[in-house]
Amino acid sequence: MSFLSYLINGVSLGSVYAIIALGYTMVYGIAKMLNFAHGDVIMVGGFAVFVSVHGMGLPTGAAIVLSIVICTALGILIEGIAYRPLRNAASPLAVLITAIGVSYLLQNLALILFGANTKSFTSVVGFGPFKLAGGSLVITGETVVTITACILIMVCLMLFINKTKTGQAMLAVSEDKGAAQLMGIDVNRTISITFAIGSALAAIAGVLLCSAYPSLTPYTGAMPGIKAFVAAVFGGIGSIPGAFIGGILLGVIEIFGKAYISSQMADAIVFGVLVVVLLVKPTGILGKNIQEKV
Amino acid sequence: MSKWKKVLSLAAAASMTMSVMAMNVSAADNFMIGGIGPLTGETAVYGIAVKNGAQIAIDEINEAGGVNGVQLEMNFQDDEGDAEKAVNAYNTLMDWGMQMLVGTVTSTPCVAVANESVKDNVFQLTPSGSAVECVANPNVFRVCFSDPNQGIASAQYIGEHKLATKVAVIYNSSDVYSSGIYQKFAEEAANQGLEIVSAEAFTADSNKDFSVQLQKAKDAEAELVFLPIYYTEASLILTQAASMEFAPMFFGCDGLDGILNVEQFDTSLAEDVMLLTPFAADAEDELTQNFVAAYDEAYGETPNQFAADAYDAVYAIKAAIEKSEVTPDMEASDICDAVSQAMTEITLDGVTGLGITWTADGEPSKAPKAVVIKDGAYAAME
Repeated sequence: MSFLSYLINGVSLGSVYAIIALGYTMVYGIAKMLNFAHGDVIMVGGFAVFVSVHGMGLPTGAAIVLSIVICTALGILIEGIAYRPLRNAASPLAVLITAIGVSYLLQNLALILFGANTKSFTSVVGFGPFKLAGGSLVITGETVVTITACILIMVCLMLFINKTKTGQAMLAVSEDKGAAQLMGIDVNRTISITFAIGSALAAIAGVLLCSAYPSLTPYTGAMPGIKAFVAAVFGGIGSIPGAFIGGILLGVIEIFGKAYISSQMADAIVFGVLVVVLLVKPTGILGKNIQEKV
Repeated sequence: MSKWKKVLSLAAAASMTMSVMAMNVSAADNFMIGGIGPLTGETAVYGIAVKNGAQIAIDEINEAGGVNGVQLEMNFQDDEGDAEKAVNAYNTLMDWGMQMLVGTVTSTPCVAVANESVKDNVFQLTPSGSAVECVANPNVFRVCFSDPNQGIASAQYIGEHKLATKVAVIYNSSDVYSSGIYQKFAEEAANQGLEIVSAEAFTADSNKDFSVQLQKAKDAEAELVFLPIYYTEASLILTQAASMEFAPMFFGCDGLDGILNVEQFDTSLAEDVMLLTPFAADAEDELTQNFVAAYDEAYGETPNQFAADAYDAVYAIKAAIEKSEVTPDMEASDICDAVSQAMTEITLDGVTGLGITWTADGEPSKAPKAVVIKDGAYAAME
């Protein structure tokens, strides 16, 4: 029975990673950059909900919408100010370093605005937990909502990218920016939209992360952000179903590693598995091997 | 262009010289007390509390006429909880003319700074650096308990009060504080007839999900879960334990202090949680009441034990200065020798304990107190 309970906890943790990884992988797939500030946008999303519920007395639903709006605006702003001017810089490292800078900027701004004190986040999920097998198996409402949201978002994203004109433009930009521009696609606008969607996802991820693990500090997003980045690489960065699979697997491996091998070694096991996967399949589980044409 | 640069650099040089001169003037008049701690970063709560607590003590002392008629002057520098930044802060303070140091607040930077202060022979009193190595040098003393002492005291407390026999431990293996307490707790538990049925770790990189650790404690039928960790993780553990309907006793150390101040935390989850702490803000004695009132008036908060440790640290320095009769025109190194000697001779009635004395090793000797959380507030345990 404890095996099942570990599995459920693993999937629950994994779905939080997955939902963050979706944002990472989307931005990477299209803008070809690692947005290391993604984890901190999640934190901003969490604080937006916290402040609007406890500070302004908004109902939860309105707070979530407000948080999505704030994060979307923030994503567009970050991309426009910090990343766009560097997109054609000589070294791709420039924008990576900027992203790390933005990450610290957001953390420190949050520290000034909200202070270092831990805040306890009130879960936005109003139902659950579900008890199975006479109470020995407990599935929290947050787990159900996170997994559902994750699958829903993944399906919507895939439909959006494959079926809409904007989505097709994104695909074109990801393949070849220059050619896409020649075909009349507004590259700047397309990348802005990508960041907007990625950041909106970050807001949702923030709400779900803080609901499942209800503590909120300016550093809340940092570590889950890195784990989710690993999940995205694991699943094949750039691939949307890959992010989902990578996230769930990472969560399950982490919990099983803790439960059956050693709770001290959990992270070593997770990253060890990552190394093995990348050795066998360098592009990740679902990553496509794109050959450079000469 | 280059002309302007020259003028600018001259002006900068001039202003630097002036400020150096200004420092030297005040150095001879007042005791220069340096402070180092995290005012930003993850452990900022502790650093800010120490700064505030020390400031209240200094203001009180200065208002009452100073130490032997000499005023105290404090300069508190931020180290972000980082060892390298702490050493930089230490050097900044030495340039400022520091004669005695209150700090640092957290253990790792404290060890780094202690290795510098011993070279300069500057007196250092850490309010809250609890790792063993913090006070390894003869010029360093501390106000708080060391980690091993907390582990031993916790095991003794649980054993002597017969709280439980089957004990589970959840600790942070990436943190000296937490793993240090755990090791000594495990050693002493055997002497107290406690059986450790599960001991599970987590690290700073995976400190969100505690379902596995709790599940193992539950499967092992632990009656009490010992949490030698900080309150941020503890608040998550309590929430997750409640959602899996696991309700053992929870017992922690001073790191749990602050759990009631977590904004919007459902304090009913912390009901009956016990913790070993040297300071309880609701204590009835006059000393504590005055300190709590002064702190609340100045900062609008109830002080935690870090603020209390810092408050006592400044008063310990005052007592040691009075005992050794050092004067502010002395060299920092001479002050250090005299004050270190005096520290072992003074007895301090502070807010973290009555009749505190210090050994030459730098360790305080005081009775541990335990508090239990009742109706969202700390209540003293017998």
